[in-house]
Amino acid sequence: MAYLFEMYSLSASYGADIVLKDVNFKVNENDFIGVIGPNGGGKTTLLRVILGLVKPAKGKMVFNNLLLDGNSIGYLPQMSTGDINYPVTVTDIILSGLMIRKGIISRMSASDKKKAEAVIDELGLSGMSKSTLNELSGGQMQRVFLGRAIIGNPRLLLLDEPGNFVDTTFENDFYEKLRDLNKRMAILMVSHDVGTISSHIKSFACVNRSLHYHPSHEITNEDLLAYGCPIQLVTHGDVPHTVLKYHK
Amino acid sequence: METSIFQYGFIIKGLLGAIFASITAGLAGTYVVSKRMVFLSGGITHASFGGIGIGYFLGINPVVGAAVFGILSALGVEYLSVKQRIREDSAIGILWAFGMAIGIIFIYMTPGYTPNLMSYLFGSILTVSYADIIALGIMSLVLILYFGIFYRTILYISFDEVFARTYSSYVDVFKYITTSLIALTIVLNIRMAGVVLVISLLTIPPNIAMLFTRVYFKIVVWSVLAGFVGTATGYAISYYAGIPVGATIIFTLVIIWVLVKGTIQFIRQISKFINSRHFSHSNL
Repeated sequence: MAYLFEMYSLSASYGADIVLKDVNFKVNENDFIGVIGPNGGGKTTLLRVILGLVKPAKGKMVFNNLLLDGNSIGYLPQMSTGDINYPVTVTDIILSGLMIRKGIISRMSASDKKKAEAVIDELGLSGMSKSTLNELSGGQMQRVFLGRAIIGNPRLLLLDEPGNFVDTTFENDFYEKLRDLNKRMAILMVSHDVGTISSHIKSFACVNRSLHYHPSHEITNEDLLAYGCPIQLVTHGDVPHTVLKYHK
Repeated sequence: METSIFQYGFIIKGLLGAIFASITAGLAGTYVVSKRMVFLSGGITHASFGGIGIGYFLGINPVVGAAVFGILSALGVEYLSVKQRIREDSAIGILWAFGMAIGIIFIYMTPGYTPNLMSYLFGSILTVSYADIIALGIMSLVLILYFGIFYRTILYISFDEVFARTYSSYVDVFKYITTSLIALTIVLNIRMAGVVLVISLLTIPPNIAMLFTRVYFKIVVWSVLAGFVGTATGYAISYYAGIPVGATIIFTLVIIWVLVKGTIQFIRQISKFINSRHFSHSNL
């Protein structure tokens, strides 16, 4: 299986604040990796390095140019970015995913618009192409932003906390859609909610300044402790329950 | 004979002024309203009064002074809020009043004749010159070309700046250019609407438009149309009643907004009533 990119002892920092330290990480075609870790641990920064928005302070990042360049990465940012009351239609938002291939003087062609229609149908948003975001539910909005990320048919899809703005009814649909997409693109999904994603991902990486890759989707407490990943672990059981730490 | 030529000039000026004011205000206003920059635009307007005062004091065209002050205050707010970490609304509030203070100080220090403050604060037909109309005409052309050529780039940066940064390194360039063009649009419309009222010329037409459509491009078109009806009518009322033109334009625009909104709500209520009767019949 061919790799898409590889990081070699890469470090990233904001000023004096080192956010990622000595990260070695490789992502292959068809990977579906859950990126977990505590808030402020560097998960989003990892995505920003891959997107080229943060330059590595040390180490290097090598793309497999045969498969991947900056144009073939799809990105779903955290929900907070776009203004949901902005007068822009679902079709136009999805089309903005093609801007990376266009210059600043850009026209959308008929074939671009066809692509947008296909994505709208694929994501179950038919009939909403002319709607604005404030007319949609949380789950539908999320699919619009997913549409923007995949319209360019990327080789790598980066998702930043996609579970944040979705209600449980849509959650299963959404992850099923991702599994579909994973047949044609690698997915890197950031989440702090380990329990929900563990049944969908193929492997996971724990980011807490350093990065530990774990080639299985089963996450145990021992793994997390060993990796210094202080996060909540949610497991499935007959009765909803919370496990507390041992008394000392 | 003389009166008719005089009147003819007024009509031409009024029509051209109304066309160019509605085009510039419609394009800039849709951006301002969509991006929630109304308060910032109000700040730019009032800060530019400082340039008017200095223009008078130095004996240069006050509109040039206002343009410089308008653009500097727009960029100044960005600088104070991003680089100096002053809250944006506070930064706007400070520059807003500071510009007005400078304007008043310099106008009162201007030796000899004190210009009519009222004409700048509330707009006046008598001070609208052909040069002003030509400047507005050029501004209309610049804005049409700018928004026409870079439509999607401007739209997407303004909708979701964070995402735009993932594919474009021109985000800040476009933000500064657009904000500067808005500052210029405001300054050139001050002659007509006045410092105090010009912000409504930008905000009311898009709000009338958004009663009909939620699509950015269509909001621009409807804004220009609504703006034209409002400014032309306001200009005519001002001419015949001898009231400051800014006040009559804004008054007309608000009346249009209230009438349209009222009519739409009335139609909704009626159709709801008809539907409910229809349903109660079918239930029987």
